[in-house]
Amino acid sequence: MTSVVAVIDYGMGNLHSVASALEHAGADKVLVTHDAAQIRAADRVVFPGVGAMRDCMAEIRRLGCDQLLADALVEQHKPVLAICVGMQALMTHSQENGGVDCLNLIPGEVRFFGNPLTDGDGNRLKVPHMGWNQVRQVRDHPLWHGIDDGTRFYFVHSYYVDAQDRDLVAGALDYGVRADAALARDNLFATQFHPEKSHTAGLQLLKNFLGWNGQC
Amino acid sequence: MRRSASVNRMGLAKRIIPCLDVENGRVVKGVNFVDIRDAGDPVEIAIRYNEQGADEITFLDITASHEGRETTVHTVEQIAENVFIPLTVGGGIRTVEDIRTMLNAGADKVSINTAAIHNPELVRQSAERFGSQCIVVAIDAKRVDDVDGAPRYEIFTHGGRKPTGIDAVAWARKMAELGAGEVLLTSMDRDGTRDGFELGVTRAITDAVEIPVIASGGVGNLQHLVEGITLGGADAVLAASIFHFGEYTVPEAKAYMAERGIEVRL
Repeated sequence: MTSVVAVIDYGMGNLHSVASALEHAGADKVLVTHDAAQIRAADRVVFPGVGAMRDCMAEIRRLGCDQLLADALVEQHKPVLAICVGMQALMTHSQENGGVDCLNLIPGEVRFFGNPLTDGDGNRLKVPHMGWNQVRQVRDHPLWHGIDDGTRFYFVHSYYVDAQDRDLVAGALDYGVRADAALARDNLFATQFHPEKSHTAGLQLLKNFLGWNGQC
Repeated sequence: MRRSASVNRMGLAKRIIPCLDVENGRVVKGVNFVDIRDAGDPVEIAIRYNEQGADEITFLDITASHEGRETTVHTVEQIAENVFIPLTVGGGIRTVEDIRTMLNAGADKVSINTAAIHNPELVRQSAERFGSQCIVVAIDAKRVDDVDGAPRYEIFTHGGRKPTGIDAVAWARKMAELGAGEVLLTSMDRDGTRDGFELGVTRAITDAVEIPVIASGGVGNLQHLVEGITLGGADAVLAASIFHFGEYTVPEAKAYMAERGIEVRL
């Protein structure tokens, strides 16, 4: 199976680390692009994201990346991996920047962690949630292959995803609240954590994505 | 295989961050910024720490010259291509454009120090532009007790030589309000001494802000790392010389901390 990967670039921050991690994981070719022809021709698509949601959504819409993503997902039925703000952008709405309407590809809300945030024992938790936390694999998925349940991944975010359909949750995170660490639906997999920054576990997940046929 | 549900009661791991102080493309580490020793090639060293299981890497450029800065961008690019853990770059960051250059070179976070003192708006502007998650404010604090002897911590610039009159705790709060995502706190009394963190200022600042705090300055042994977290309340501990010269490895540090009940990524 060839693996030409298009990393959708909507101009928000550095995507080189995503691209170089995909190359290390074995991708034949990685294109960082918002060119429609390149994205349509790719075998699989990565939808990353950093920065604030309002600016992200504005650029996604301005560059037509919303349509390109929908085409890859629904029309072409290609494997798609959404990362961090890319995952949040899939949801219905985000509380960030005073409230932003997102792509509504997955019904659900992106919520602020809350300030102050505490764990079950009343200990204060820092926001942003920054660092290595455990992901509970609440269901099997080809992208978890070779990764132990409870493995730590690197997170950095102040807002978290709360999907309406709990059957879509593939990975759970406990950080004062119940947050969705990974969602999976058909040919789409989305992670709140950064696989490209999560060392061997992250590279394994990317390798799994490169070998994935888009079936659950 | 699925492990038991009990693993999920654990929380966020405390981070161990090796720091590369880089001058003209070489890793150096001085004692109180004076006696500088050469510790090697930053790319090789970063790869070694990545392989050892470091949680992040911090790269502080202490090069003075403009030519040296271009070397730095190239070095950051090489590290980012080979290291799949977060990379923070600091030193000489003055403008939004400097931040953009480093992020484009592959840094995940950029640390702002003196420029935040001269222009606090830089923190707000860059957090709005790039997101709080990539804006670290570095605070170099020195103890300057009040007349009644109560401990007070003031920010110093120029490697600890120049007082600013700014209270370090109040400053940390202000930086968090302006949008900083993290504080990198260095005790200028302890940096390079190997006497351990200045736990007073560490505790004061971790208690004062909601954002994560990295403790830095003075680590000479593994117990110091433990104290930074248990007594100082830090979310991450940064050290340079104990790792560079092979005294301890990152796995040894993590094992030591785990034995003392600190959650680490093993």
